[in-house]
Amino acid sequence: MEVPILSIVVFTPIVFGIALFFFPAERHREIRIFALAGATVALLLSLWAYFTYDQVIGGYQLVERYSWVPRLGISYHVGVDGMNAPLVLLTGIVMFTGVLVSWGIDDRPREFFGFLFILATGVFGVFVSLDLFQLFFFYEIAVFPMYLLIAIWGWKVTREYAAMKLTLYLFIGSLIAIVGGLAMYFASGAHSFSLFALEQASFSVEFQRFWFPFVFFGFAVLGGIFPVHNWSPDGHVAAPTAVSMFHAGVLMKVGAFAALRVGIMLLPEGAKFWAPLVLGLATVNVVYGAFIASIQTDFKYVIGFSSVSHMGLVILGFATLNLDGITGAGIQMFSHGVMTALFFAVVGMVYDRAHTREIPKLGGFFKAMPLVGIAFIIGGLVSMGMPGFSGFIAEFPIFMGLWQSQPIVAILAAISIVITAGYIMRVIGRVFFGEMPEEFIGNITPINNFDKIALVILSGVLLLIGVYPTIIAPLVESGARAVLALVGGA
Amino acid sequence: MSIASFEPTTLLSVLPEILLLALAAIILVVDLASKRSRGLLLAWLTALGLTGIIIITLLYGQPGENDVLIFGGMLRHDWMAFAFKILFLFAAAMTALLSIDVEGVADRGEYYALLVVATLGMSLMVSSADMIMLFLAIETTSIPLYVLAGFMKGDDKSTESGLKYFLFGALTSAVMLYGFSLLYGFSGDTNIYRLSEAMHAGAVSTWLIGGMAVLVLVGFSFKISAAPFQFWAPDVYEGAPTPITTFISTASKAAGFAVLLRFMLAVFPAIEAEWVTLLAIIAAVTMTVGNLLAIPQTNIKRLLAYSSIAHAGYALIGLVALSSFGTASVIFYLIGYVVTNIAAFGVVILFARSAGSDEIVDYAGLSRRSPGLALVLLVALLSLGGMPPLAGFVAKFYVFAAAVESGWIWLAFVGVLNAIIGLYYYMTILKVVYLYRSEDEDKPIAIPRSYALVLVICVIAILAIGTLSAPWLDWSIKSALSLF
Amino acid sequence: MAFLQAHLLTLILFSPVAGAVLLLLIPRERLQTIRWAALLVSLIPFGLALWLWFTYQPGVEGYQFVEQAIWYEAIGSSYHLGVDGISVPMVMLTTLLTPLAILISWSIEENVRSYMALFLLLETGMLGVFMSLDLLIFFVFWEIGLIPMYFLINQWGSENREYASFKFLIYTMAGSLGLLLAIQMIGVASGTFDLIAITEQWPTLNQSLTLFGLPITLAIGTVKKIAFWAFVVAFAIKVPVWPFHTWLPDAHTEAPTAGSMILAGVLLKLGAYGFLRLVLPLYPVEAKYFAGVLGFLAVLAIVLGAFASWGQDDFKRLVAYSSVNHMGFVVLGIAAAAFAQGTMQADDAVIAINGAVLQMFNHGLSAAGMFLLVGVIYDRAHTRDLNKLGGLFPVAPIYGGILIFTAMASLGLPGLNGFVSEFLVVRGSWPIFTLYTALSMLGLLITGAYILKGIAKVLHGPLNEKFLGQKMEINRREIIAMAPLMLLMLLIGVWPAWILNVINQTVKLLFG
Repeated sequence: MEVPILSIVVFTPIVFGIALFFFPAERHREIRIFALAGATVALLLSLWAYFTYDQVIGGYQLVERYSWVPRLGISYHVGVDGMNAPLVLLTGIVMFTGVLVSWGIDDRPREFFGFLFILATGVFGVFVSLDLFQLFFFYEIAVFPMYLLIAIWGWKVTREYAAMKLTLYLFIGSLIAIVGGLAMYFASGAHSFSLFALEQASFSVEFQRFWFPFVFFGFAVLGGIFPVHNWSPDGHVAAPTAVSMFHAGVLMKVGAFAALRVGIMLLPEGAKFWAPLVLGLATVNVVYGAFIASIQTDFKYVIGFSSVSHMGLVILGFATLNLDGITGAGIQMFSHGVMTALFFAVVGMVYDRAHTREIPKLGGFFKAMPLVGIAFIIGGLVSMGMPGFSGFIAEFPIFMGLWQSQPIVAILAAISIVITAGYIMRVIGRVFFGEMPEEFIGNITPINNFDKIALVILSGVLLLIGVYPTIIAPLVESGARAVLALVGGA
Repeated sequence: MSIASFEPTTLLSVLPEILLLALAAIILVVDLASKRSRGLLLAWLTALGLTGIIIITLLYGQPGENDVLIFGGMLRHDWMAFAFKILFLFAAAMTALLSIDVEGVADRGEYYALLVVATLGMSLMVSSADMIMLFLAIETTSIPLYVLAGFMKGDDKSTESGLKYFLFGALTSAVMLYGFSLLYGFSGDTNIYRLSEAMHAGAVSTWLIGGMAVLVLVGFSFKISAAPFQFWAPDVYEGAPTPITTFISTASKAAGFAVLLRFMLAVFPAIEAEWVTLLAIIAAVTMTVGNLLAIPQTNIKRLLAYSSIAHAGYALIGLVALSSFGTASVIFYLIGYVVTNIAAFGVVILFARSAGSDEIVDYAGLSRRSPGLALVLLVALLSLGGMPPLAGFVAKFYVFAAAVESGWIWLAFVGVLNAIIGLYYYMTILKVVYLYRSEDEDKPIAIPRSYALVLVICVIAILAIGTLSAPWLDWSIKSALSLF
Repeated sequence: MAFLQAHLLTLILFSPVAGAVLLLLIPRERLQTIRWAALLVSLIPFGLALWLWFTYQPGVEGYQFVEQAIWYEAIGSSYHLGVDGISVPMVMLTTLLTPLAILISWSIEENVRSYMALFLLLETGMLGVFMSLDLLIFFVFWEIGLIPMYFLINQWGSENREYASFKFLIYTMAGSLGLLLAIQMIGVASGTFDLIAITEQWPTLNQSLTLFGLPITLAIGTVKKIAFWAFVVAFAIKVPVWPFHTWLPDAHTEAPTAGSMILAGVLLKLGAYGFLRLVLPLYPVEAKYFAGVLGFLAVLAIVLGAFASWGQDDFKRLVAYSSVNHMGFVVLGIAAAAFAQGTMQADDAVIAINGAVLQMFNHGLSAAGMFLLVGVIYDRAHTRDLNKLGGLFPVAPIYGGILIFTAMASLGLPGLNGFVSEFLVVRGSWPIFTLYTALSMLGLLITGAYILKGIAKVLHGPLNEKFLGQKMEINRREIIAMAPLMLLMLLIGVWPAWILNVINQTVKLLFG
């Protein structure tokens, strides 16, 4: 009997989350340990799923399929391939490190971890879904808990506004995509929501061109595409640390991935038709995001906008519709996910001690928190695309793909690298080096062991991929090939 | 459709109604006979009695493969009627349990008896195949409900609500009855299933048929609180005793939908294109009006009233789709909606008992005061908002699917946009519950066993319908097919 | 032994990084331990590089000590190393200068551990560029060299270090951006990043790059041209070629002593190496076409650099501009060779390149030496202002002697190394770029002027009272650091064959 690894991965978080609600509210320590146990299980299983994927065989593996609503052709259908296996692992990693850095949450940790885990299940579910209804189902589960997590545990100044904006934006995007999905279901005549069936259905070219924007942009809202990206910076900043890590690190990838899975793979003619527009918007993401990041004075907003910029690279990679671009986008989703989780973890650690995120008011934190500083520098180097780290491994193929598709975009996007270098180094310099302001001297408590483990794990992954890209590149490439087979492109 | 000649087994098809009548009588007798502490006894009696009727109906009352007209064509025994009857019985049982210890109603035998009689009326409504039968059934349902809405004599709001309900209902009933009489006039028959042929044979002009349809729709729209006849809902919902609000918003609305589905599909196939368009517009307006007006509300009962109006709009989309799947989606939607609304109002009742308020601001800190109750409210509101893995998500999904299948893309998008607006105000309530603090946080909220039972049943139902929707969908499709 | 032979380059390349990691294990307060450990660690690659030097066979065609391993197959890049007569001296230079730089950094008190670790990381980056035979790996190591240098300047530099480090970073990154784009284009056009494979197919490559979705295609000629200019700009910034040199004076001046040694000693050579390894072989036609411009810019560097140097009041800035001046000769030699490739004057081209490569090595020695000496004075006098220094010869005679020696090498005094390389460049360029070479003589003249000015202002004249009673003499450690440099300067000056032969064999094969 085959162990249903993927289902266990998907449902472990929510099972642990619901179980958490039965703990007495005051038993903070037991709650945290239990949450960590759940995260560990999910991480180990996602590692297993990632490393047992056989690239020689290819295709979807660890597949499970159960009939769900047979009358409509809906089934519970999961599987991993080269594109989503890294994302599953990413979720496991971010979940684990997110629990670690949230050890200090004192206000209703039970509810916090409970909602966070419901979110995690939604995310896992989307990544491994092979049924369109199921994908929507888990997608929405992933959206809503963000509202409560941000509104209750977030930054008091903007949390209510940010939470509401985020949820409404994402929800409307997904609902628009649902309508598109329904149109596809009915037009295919296959009477099945299975992604395989929909991939085979030959929709007319006009149909594809009409519905592609609804589906793609509906999901890409969560990916942060310009101009529907502005829920993201506010959301990032208002959210508590672990939620920001999840939000930027994983959730935005859900959007991009769904846009790929449902938009590009099921409506390839539409993708080709709209590619120039997508390329254009994503270029704006990349360049504009970098510019705006460079003028922010709030540390966390810098990171928030830099996420908008980097997700732009992912979407650019997808829009090239060639092997290099899609491979690069796949790697970038992983790399950026880990990197931004690292960034937000660092920001959280600084903020918890300094109680301000205004860059002019900070300074000299390297001496007080050297590991944190190094972690941030590593993250910064990744975001600049510095060779030796995962960011370079991811961005390089994207640029190669752009050269084959739209060279001018490659040039514009490359400019953003310089801008990114500029603001990242500026932030590093101002926050971690220089003089520490009076009020902080002696008041900065060192980070605890859990924080250290989290930072080491995240930095280590970024470095590992940078020096040994074989650990991820061939896998993603095999997934990208599968995508290309459907697109029939270059 | 053949009219079956009378056989004793035909009685089985009206078993629920017979049993309901018996139950009403029993309640009145028990009420007279017992002296003290009757509230608990009566409520449990009603609830258990209704549960028993559900079981018996499930066992013995199932329709056969063919849908038959019985009792001289007065009633039709089909899956649709069967499914809805179970739904009404369930809603009534829950309402009975939710009425325990509610001031002013709990210990009055008449209250429970009227509840049961209203359920009887709905049962008849949903299986009526004849216009006169239908009108009688509608009145049998409505009059007890008017009384129940105004039951708390000492409360001005309740009296006002009862009166408003009565006046509005009577007016729309009269218009509808006029429509019925015209239909009779032009066809010479009162049986719903023969009207269409008869009118066709008489070559009645499309305009006239359309006019009659509009008149009839007035009555139906009132029942389901669709625009432009939704004005009564907020005041009535707010003023009536909350268990009755629960019942009106769930069972009564569902009954209205059942009648709408059966009547429109059977009587007006000739002008389908026209009334479908009209309903589409009504649906769009209803959704929008309901959602937009819900936003500024400060009283939770009024907010839920407007939300109910909006949900009527969503459900109507399924009918607009004019397919068996569309009709099935309406039925499914109603099932999900009923359990969700019961849960939501259940929380409202419990809160009002302990905190004495229906104002949303007073719900602040509920998550600390009573985490379980807050969770139930979360589940209910999210289901209303359409979030998976809850019933509301699947219900909306199917309704939108039906619309897309039949080509009503714009309506689906209107629905989508409205869902967003809905989510906004549901989330605002949740924000108050989970985020805001109050000084009353240490005062616990009493949750008697009967209420806990209701809430648990409903939450489980919401989750079950949301995650494992197949059996419920099959049920709904079977029901829908009996109309096509 | 076979292992050593088979993986020599990898060992040389990564032993600094391994060392850096080991360093991080030492507790940060144990300064002496850290310093000695760093020094010993840095001697390992030096030892290995000596082995490399002695087992390298000049005159054999192609690359030696080649290693190849899977790295990033998905895009056609592999871990591919190898050396020839041009890169072996560079490897020697790098592995020689790093221990000396570390030795000179004994006076650093703050964050010694991070400082040393960064130096070792930097060494790996530089070695990687010289050794790589894969364009992507080339780029990776090129960039790796950037960040440690940024931090070295930013954290341990002088007063204006923030500005200087930032300027350095942005300038160099902008340059590497062009490099990145060019490499990407080449990779896309030829389907691989392997240098050897590219060099073979490049001349015959005629498949155009298609632009997706648009009806036009980017002709291969255009691709080549864009890549050419991107390369040129990137390398020109690094060398630096006038007018891309403005980052250099600030960076060199503000960096800590050891940083300047490595910057001037090795990092600038990366740019020139890039010209030799990538631009000339891949783009002979374009290079020839634009050689005149390059030659002109080289002359400007030589002349204007010298004038700028002459006008400085800051000792370190004087030396910094002298780098511009000396590297100008390198560029002149390269430009001449580009112009003359494949023509009748191929022999002169060979001579010019020999001179250029030797000048790279020599300047590495002399610039490092000069910066070292500037640092010695700065440590004691705490000023670099030439007007405030003076009369140090009596109080620090050994220092004075060493300074004069090194300065003479820098000036190009016959008998010392500078003369040999500059002579070769002039000899090679004269038939090809007569006018330019003549103009650069002017530069030589002014070189003499500024060198003598530097010596005069520091060693002669009245002694500033502040220094009375202070111990101004160079100490033993610093002498040990200077010794190898001086030895080599003399050796190459009197008997250059040992190194020229290695260089010449390869240059003849490549450019003859």
